[in-house]
Amino acid sequence: MNRIWDLTAFEDRTALLDENGGSTTYGQLQAEGAELVKAIGTRCLAFILCRNSIGSVLGYTAFLNHGIVPVMLNSHLDNGLLSRLLEAYAPEYLWLPTDQETQFQGMEKAYEAREYVLLRTGYEKRYPLYEDLALLITTSGSTGSPKLVRQSYENIFDNAQSIAEYLRLDETERPITTLPMNYVYGLSIINSHFLVGATVLLTDKGLMQKEFWQFFRKAEATSFGGVPYTYEMLFKLRFFRMDLPSLRTVTQAGGKITPELHEKFAAWAAETGRNFVVMYGAAEATSRMGYLPPEKAVEKKGSMGIPIPGGTFALYDTDGNRITEPYTTGELVYTGKNVTLGYAESGEDLIRGDERNGRLETGDMAQFDEDGYYYIVGRKKRFLKIYGNRVNLDEIDRMIKAEFQIEMASAGKDDHLYLFMTDRKKAEPVREFVIEKTKLNPAAFKAVVLDEIPKNDAGKTLYSELTKYYA
Amino acid sequence: MTNLEKYNQAFIENFEVTEDQLPGLKYQDVEAWDSVGHMGLIASLEEAFDIMMDTDDIIDFGSYEIGKQILAKDAYGVTVE
Repeated sequence: MNRIWDLTAFEDRTALLDENGGSTTYGQLQAEGAELVKAIGTRCLAFILCRNSIGSVLGYTAFLNHGIVPVMLNSHLDNGLLSRLLEAYAPEYLWLPTDQETQFQGMEKAYEAREYVLLRTGYEKRYPLYEDLALLITTSGSTGSPKLVRQSYENIFDNAQSIAEYLRLDETERPITTLPMNYVYGLSIINSHFLVGATVLLTDKGLMQKEFWQFFRKAEATSFGGVPYTYEMLFKLRFFRMDLPSLRTVTQAGGKITPELHEKFAAWAAETGRNFVVMYGAAEATSRMGYLPPEKAVEKKGSMGIPIPGGTFALYDTDGNRITEPYTTGELVYTGKNVTLGYAESGEDLIRGDERNGRLETGDMAQFDEDGYYYIVGRKKRFLKIYGNRVNLDEIDRMIKAEFQIEMASAGKDDHLYLFMTDRKKAEPVREFVIEKTKLNPAAFKAVVLDEIPKNDAGKTLYSELTKYYA
Repeated sequence: MTNLEKYNQAFIENFEVTEDQLPGLKYQDVEAWDSVGHMGLIASLEEAFDIMMDTDDIIDFGSYEIGKQILAKDAYGVTVE
């Protein structure tokens, strides 16, 4: 009956441990999950408002294992976006932290466990679900659109198994959460470690908080993941001088780390006998597509590595011809069983089947070297990664123009988004609007006032003319 | 600028708050004071006072008031009042 994890195989082992001393074994997770899904009954759609807490993971594993399709959302999601998602998908149930229950007046409580509550929404509309649809998740940085990635059971199982294989995971691992579980990279850590019976350490505290490191030491964490910005913070925290005897492995994904930081962390890992694993992925490929084997971390600085077990990479030029020469740039295309079914923009799309057939055009421009190691060199589409979150610049422009009816253009580099406009009075309101919509730290956003937005004769914005303001 | 003005300025610029919000302000009280904002705050303070803070002090820096105590330590010798 269990569709992904055989939780009973690890019966008495600790599955989860939280910072407040809470814990659960795999056996309890199985038993409590069965009770929860009994309150639901049959296969249907349910939103999970995620936190890094036992209740949240309990709901997630129970739903996935028993055919309830969860939509993974952050519990701090903007109310406007949540309303749009509720309207677009009409889930039958919500699984959310008990302390947020009052936000949903008029919904009936169906079950409660581990500081989470199950609410029946009462929506009459029921969208049919494709038989292999397992879960829905946002692409890493949604700016308010209800677009979700459709992942299948096979996608999740296959990717988790591949990750467990290349990271050589076993039951002695104790990863500590540094990322939300509604973010595919964070979720993949739970998915892969539950296949091998490891203990996941749950906290919503961040690297900059004392409580995080206290929990880390007390619970003897063996690994964590981080986006490029995490590594900047760790460097700032003088991480290399910290005494963390239990730590074995650190992984990096969610954007390209600078070669300087790559080198520093690779050198630290080599000197201290740790593993530093640079990885590459996307929500559209469930989570992971590539990884740099830790023993190559120093030698292949700047590379995101090779395909994960079971996957392949290929590069194509603009004419669609496969590139065979090293150091030639082309679009990276990945094939593997973890390539997801496709997107959904509303409940009507949930019946759709596999629209990608195991092949994903990543939109990333890449090269490989003579040993077959891949390097990301640019992007086909206009988007940035801000603190590991994908931000689509065209979508930002559309949102701003719709809200303010002004001339503007957004551009920038990872972790730094620039908003160019001509109306000085709108600079701050526009910037605040973008911060509000993206829910990302204001430090990433800068408004720049220009006399005019550079355009060609056809009226198309010349983004290349804007690079001088931030390069 | 006095030390207090420099100290307040670091909070105001990084977290986009007003001076009257500062007393009692704690980590995560405002959205901008997350881990990213915290790193920005520490960088601003290190620059303003020409100091280099220790890991433990960076992660102990949980509020506007605690920050003043940390900066007053012998290692930094910055009196904010």
